[in-house]
Amino acid sequence: MLSFTIRRLLLAVPTLLFIALVIFSLLKLAPGDPMAQVPLTVPPEVKERMREALGLGQPNHIQFYKWMVQFFITEPQVIIDQMFGTTFAEGKQRVISWQTRSPVMDIIWQRMPQTLWVVGLSYVVAVIIAVPIGVYSAYRQYSWFDQIGTFISMIGFSVPTFFTGVLLIVIFSVLISPDSFFWLPSIYDTTLVVDSWENLGKQIRQMIMPVFVLALYSAAQISRFMRASMLDNLNQDYVRTARAKGLKERSVVLVHVLRNSMIPVVTVIALGVPNVFGGSLITEQIFKVNGIGQLLITAIQANDLPMVQTITFIFAILIVVFNLIADILYGILDPRIRYD
Amino acid sequence: MKMKSILLGAACAFAMAPAAMAERGADGNVNIIYWQAPSTMNNYLSGGTKEMDAAALVLEPLARYDETGAIVPWLVDEVPTVANGGVSADLKTITWKLTEGLKWSDGTALTSADVQFTWEYCVDPDGGCANSNYFEDVVSVETPDDLTAVVTFGVAKPFPYGPFVGGNTPILQKAQFKDCLGAKAQECTTENFNPIGTGPFVVTDFRPNDVITFKANENFRDPAKPAFATVTFKGGGDATAAGRAVLETGEFDYAWNLQLAPDVLAHMAKAGKGQVISGFGTSVERIMINLTDPSPDLGEARATKAHAHPFLSDINVRKALSMSIDRALLTEIGYGATGKATCNVLPAPAIYASTANDACLVQDMAGAKALLDDAGWVVAGDGIRAKDGVRLSVRYQTSTNAVRQDYQALIKQWWEELGVEVELRNISASVFFGSDPGSDDTFQKFFADVQMYTNNFSGTDPESYMANWQCNQAPSPENQWQGNNIPRFCSAEYDALVAEMAVTGDIDKRIALAKAMNDMLMQDFVMLPITHRSDVSAHSNSLGGVQMNVWDSETWNIADWHRVK
Repeated sequence: MLSFTIRRLLLAVPTLLFIALVIFSLLKLAPGDPMAQVPLTVPPEVKERMREALGLGQPNHIQFYKWMVQFFITEPQVIIDQMFGTTFAEGKQRVISWQTRSPVMDIIWQRMPQTLWVVGLSYVVAVIIAVPIGVYSAYRQYSWFDQIGTFISMIGFSVPTFFTGVLLIVIFSVLISPDSFFWLPSIYDTTLVVDSWENLGKQIRQMIMPVFVLALYSAAQISRFMRASMLDNLNQDYVRTARAKGLKERSVVLVHVLRNSMIPVVTVIALGVPNVFGGSLITEQIFKVNGIGQLLITAIQANDLPMVQTITFIFAILIVVFNLIADILYGILDPRIRYD
Repeated sequence: MKMKSILLGAACAFAMAPAAMAERGADGNVNIIYWQAPSTMNNYLSGGTKEMDAAALVLEPLARYDETGAIVPWLVDEVPTVANGGVSADLKTITWKLTEGLKWSDGTALTSADVQFTWEYCVDPDGGCANSNYFEDVVSVETPDDLTAVVTFGVAKPFPYGPFVGGNTPILQKAQFKDCLGAKAQECTTENFNPIGTGPFVVTDFRPNDVITFKANENFRDPAKPAFATVTFKGGGDATAAGRAVLETGEFDYAWNLQLAPDVLAHMAKAGKGQVISGFGTSVERIMINLTDPSPDLGEARATKAHAHPFLSDINVRKALSMSIDRALLTEIGYGATGKATCNVLPAPAIYASTANDACLVQDMAGAKALLDDAGWVVAGDGIRAKDGVRLSVRYQTSTNAVRQDYQALIKQWWEELGVEVELRNISASVFFGSDPGSDDTFQKFFADVQMYTNNFSGTDPESYMANWQCNQAPSPENQWQGNNIPRFCSAEYDALVAEMAVTGDIDKRIALAKAMNDMLMQDFVMLPITHRSDVSAHSNSLGGVQMNVWDSETWNIADWHRVK
């Protein structure tokens, strides 16, 4: 298992380099200009000088090489410096955003907490809700519980988050009076520091709506997968055998069937985790959470290529890593699966 | 009458009461939402409005434009003019005298060296300063003493208020930015995010594209101001959400740039938590007409002066296109009360607005048809007008934007009624307004027959704006398609007026010249103005002191903002 993991990690290196090249080339080929958002009142010569100051005049291969060096050597050095107080990265050029003229990674670190809190928590909530619902819906197929579960997951699946989000805002922020206990803020305050019970209350209040919207969507998806996978397994011969040899219903369902049914679901859950880091473009925008998703969308709008390519690349790394984690989890769930 | 004045006096006393009793920081926190978040606090590196408005809380220029467009002294005692001797008779130097005793937020004194440094900072060729055009023709900034800065221009400047006037060119602190000149400007992250200023607030936390928090500046010149102790300047979301946060949920006190459909805005305002404010600046949504041939067959000479446009070079066609448009209807649909139909490309400030072209405000379809018939453009079998084998078929492009697409659809309908074939096209704003010379879809290349967008000028003086339409300003391959004369208009008479304005100091003569230039462009129908657009913002009922200002930063008087009790 260990040698498999190492082999896969080594293989990931050329894959990632190739992905980096593809991202870089695609962004270079795409039309657009980082100066497009600058007002028309700024004369073209001035824009040209601004472009040169950003390093846009350099040949493409040099820009790519610089980006790779900055991403793989300088940025890790910065992290080491911060952890151990060393000075490896001193004086070295980091990946600089064109919009803000500040290091891209600093902004990403700044955005991480709210994205993890809101999108991450919603994912955890979704998994916690979805798995039991999926299991029970399959076990009692066509019962009223299954019917209602199917109905709600269809709603969660088919109603887009930009609709549910705005609907909740209209109900809980606009229609309900701000003095009421049930009023919820429509704008997420990223500067809030949880240092007292009162602020914890505020934090929970401002997280309720975005977490609910995202959890509804993910839970709908995961519970359908869980249900389908459980149904496949419940009709298998080994289930009848287990029952025939007198095992308790509880251990038949929750040990034998659940464990076997988890294999496809684990893939879905694991591959959903990178999405958490990527943030949620729409929900973050609606509730003004300003996490990674909002960062990416504003960077795309402003043609801030260093920011776009860095976030996209981190995203690619996470997908590769979580693919690997899913593969390893198969081995743990099902001892028959061995890669060596 | 007596009763009225007593009541008025009482009302005034009431209104003044909070101001009189005000104490710095007494009103707590104010929440501002900008749905496009500021990406830096140093607006010399951005040129965007959002950054300028955020910076205005901290950085201040020597003089500002007030809400009427008049120049008011800010860090100086009076605005230099020829009359008070501050501007030299040859119009080449302007002498600014700083108010005594002004301090930066770190407690050090503001001196003329900071003014001089700001000029050096922005004109450094490697710095990428977005506002360097405001320092055009400045040859030196001298500092005879600590409070005097003398700006010298290489040519006579009838309007010497480009540098250091208005939110685009605030004063930076030399001590803080001295190591950030030239290429270093891009790397000074701490300085760019936390500039030291003379304004009413100081930055406590800057999170790019997310949120900025400010606290009151302890060294601000007026001990009673600002009324607010802290400011939260939040970004993100969209215009609808920002409007909702102020007008419907009341979570925020001020929202910027609410370009929303008129009915949406009116519905939000009904909730009664706040009010919509607007101010008409110089923004005009206009259709530009290509006087050169954009046919792809011409290769290198495409859309250049080498080939005149096959039918748009005929003034009758341009005039008919203009006459067939119902500007009032378009404006009503697209902007409601936040727009006015206009026939001038220079509609403001009011003193420069011409009334000579107002006939275009009324649609005249029959007249337009008659005009084309008389000019020999007759309807052919396919319903499209043609003359000598040339069909009136236009390609009409603009940027992707819901209001613009509504305009396109309606105008297409009218032009088709007139007998002109219309092909519509919309291009992503980042491509259309980008100036990538490799892209064929930029507004400068103008590879279409007509195109529509909004442009404006900053400040109140139209000289450089009107100079956009000189012959030599036409974009072409020779100047990498840079240049502001988008219709490729060329008239020796017009160029002469531009040259005359550049040396005329008398305000009445300048007004006459600007109007003459506007009328020449309008009566030649090389551009068809449609809507004079206003800037729209909203503030909550509990926020007082807001003065909507389109000539400077909207946050220009934030020191006077207070909580209405």
